[in-house]
Amino acid sequence: MKNLKKGIALAMAASLSVCVFAGCESGGNTGSSASTGSTATTASASAGAEGGKVYYLNFKPEQADQWVALAKTYTDQTGVEVKVETAASGTYEEQLKSEMAKSGAPTLFQVNGPVELAAWTDYCYNLKETSLYQNLKSDDFALIKDDEVKGVAYVIETYGIIYNKTLLNKYFETDGAKAKSVDEINTFDKLKEVVEDIQAKKDDLGIKGAFTSAGMDSSSDWRFKTHLANLPIYYEYKADGIDSTAAIKGSYLDNYRAIWDLYINNATCEPSMLSAKTGEDAAADFGLGEAIFYQNGTWEYQNCIDAGLTDEELGMLPIYIGAEGEENQGLCTGSENYWCVNSKSSEADIQATLDFLNWVITSDEGRTAMATDMGFVTPFKTFDEDAKYQANNALIKAADEYIANGKTAVKWNFSTIPSETWKNNVGAALLDYAQNGQTDEAWEGVKKAFVDGWKTEYDAAHSGEAAAEEAPAEEAAEEAGAESMAVDENAAQ
Amino acid sequence: MSKKELRPYFPLFALPTFIAFIIGFIVPLGLGMYLSFCKFTTVNDAVPVGLKNYSDMFKDPEFIHALWYTALFAIVSVVTINFFGFAIAMLLTKGIRGTNLFRTVFFMPNLIGGIVLGYIWQLIFNGILAHFDLTLTFSEVYGFWGLVILMNWQQIGYVMIIYIAGIQNVPPELIEAAKIDGATGRQILGHVILPMVMPSITICTFITLTNSFKLFDQNLALTNGLPGNRSELLSLNIYNTFYGRVGFEGVGQAKAVVFSLIVGVIAIIQLVLTHRKEVQQ
Repeated sequence: MKNLKKGIALAMAASLSVCVFAGCESGGNTGSSASTGSTATTASASAGAEGGKVYYLNFKPEQADQWVALAKTYTDQTGVEVKVETAASGTYEEQLKSEMAKSGAPTLFQVNGPVELAAWTDYCYNLKETSLYQNLKSDDFALIKDDEVKGVAYVIETYGIIYNKTLLNKYFETDGAKAKSVDEINTFDKLKEVVEDIQAKKDDLGIKGAFTSAGMDSSSDWRFKTHLANLPIYYEYKADGIDSTAAIKGSYLDNYRAIWDLYINNATCEPSMLSAKTGEDAAADFGLGEAIFYQNGTWEYQNCIDAGLTDEELGMLPIYIGAEGEENQGLCTGSENYWCVNSKSSEADIQATLDFLNWVITSDEGRTAMATDMGFVTPFKTFDEDAKYQANNALIKAADEYIANGKTAVKWNFSTIPSETWKNNVGAALLDYAQNGQTDEAWEGVKKAFVDGWKTEYDAAHSGEAAAEEAPAEEAAEEAGAESMAVDENAAQ
Repeated sequence: MSKKELRPYFPLFALPTFIAFIIGFIVPLGLGMYLSFCKFTTVNDAVPVGLKNYSDMFKDPEFIHALWYTALFAIVSVVTINFFGFAIAMLLTKGIRGTNLFRTVFFMPNLIGGIVLGYIWQLIFNGILAHFDLTLTFSEVYGFWGLVILMNWQQIGYVMIIYIAGIQNVPPELIEAAKIDGATGRQILGHVILPMVMPSITICTFITLTNSFKLFDQNLALTNGLPGNRSELLSLNIYNTFYGRVGFEGVGQAKAVVFSLIVGVIAIIQLVLTHRKEVQQ
């Protein structure tokens, strides 16, 4: 028995140490799994004369390779070392937190709007005197706090209801079609008629549903808890003439419900299946031509093309929710990607970073890379100098057409949502509502998460700030009209 | 070499491990404790805020929910894993044909990593539930039982091995004596085998209990807390608080401290309780 005990003690010690190492490993994995998905490049050329280095922690995995290539070009030209790391999809905040705590922290990082800026504000170098800010078309694209420019947007994006023109035209030719051209769809009522008719005729049209699955998996739920939620927030702000609020009233929640009902009842899957449907599922529905409508944004362009759709087949409709005056509503346009320079880096590194950014937005290589290779619409004046610096993206062209036709773009007011938790709770309530027969009672849950949750989260976020001066400062940033927000979800793009 | 001769070499043998222990355990523990009283964005710029993180923590309904959900999960999985593990161990010590093959097969799931297992089982469950137009993340009840099944599948083999070792160590003469005295199979199990394998039971309950409380990978891969963080176990809740909520890093840290205290206390109580029942030969 003694031997057995000894053996067992040994086994226990071994299993404990395994636990410890496993623990270490999984802890480390956050970083390393992120860097597996990431591409790191460190040009080995000797550093520039000042000895400054650039380390960019990139948010957008889709453009990881392009950034690495661009960094290499810069190093070849100037000898300044530029390291680019890209956080794996959905892990940016985690990686930023751990990277910033190291020596050799990123000199250039991103925040996605005023709420996240509040956490990083002490790390943001004032960009006011830089060419980056001076080349910006408007202050709308900067995060300004206490008269300091904390962040500068580098890409403008647009979302709406992407549709498949070929399939939609096929529907318009059917007997008794509720509309004959896409121009007729300019209100919620018309959209609803068309969608419901399409759903009824789905077998004739050879599709599975009018809309793609409204997946509530975390890879897809941001389309509804954030982007779709933007519309009731936008219209409420507009009606009240405000830019942000401590307590939302939810005056347009019935419209929110109407559009959500439309999405889930006329989709490729039953509402009870939504919780497990992912962003990829929706992209596949659309890419394979099994659905006509797909709520998403310009970032989805490349995926659509990769799935075999052509420029001519892609169009984008505004998200109509039945608010007054929506005939003149355009698409939702804004930014949620702001560059910030780490103020805690050495002066040489800050200078090197600013030089690099200046080169990116003024040199031919930099502008070509951003506009053509990465497909970005940028808010910088320097890109207007030549037509070749305009992005080639059919969805962006669709967005531009709405502006050209005098429609008003919807602002990204979701940047004023008080916290990620608010979004998560609204998302959970939307899912509950979808799964539980879409009753009025279940909708009360959404109302509660939307209205009461807003106040709770706003108070928590503002009392949570230990330093009292942070609260007014944050409002200042919001007033500056920064239009963006924490969408970790953009990972999915 | 005698003990005395070896003594001067003590630091040589003990120091490397000791240093590793300090770096890998003592320092993070101390830092973690300290950070739980601070507000911070990165761990280098912490500002002490007293007990605020701890009071905020209990205002979070999701944390309370995760606490109960985890406790329930731990109870159910400890009972089922040990029951089935012991039952299979009994079967596989009866000398039936292919015993070694069965032991290997039952042990194998334990060699697969938690994340992989989570995704595999998610596919299996969703594949079955799809027939009813449902998914695993439809409600937290499905997630709960999904997780229980997964953990059973993974850990039964592991505790089985420990139980087999324990059962094989029961002296055959004791069982023989009991048989001669006319004990039934049930009596032999209850009065001879069980008391004799008590040390194995102590270890197995310890391992399964702490594992269930600390469970993270499987939870993340299987449901990721869906729907709406309601199938979230404590570890995942802490992780999401720390990384997912701007300004709540300190609260996440405070939760982690409370969490380790809870796990520690429960594990010690369990060790003391089962240890008492162990018999000496």
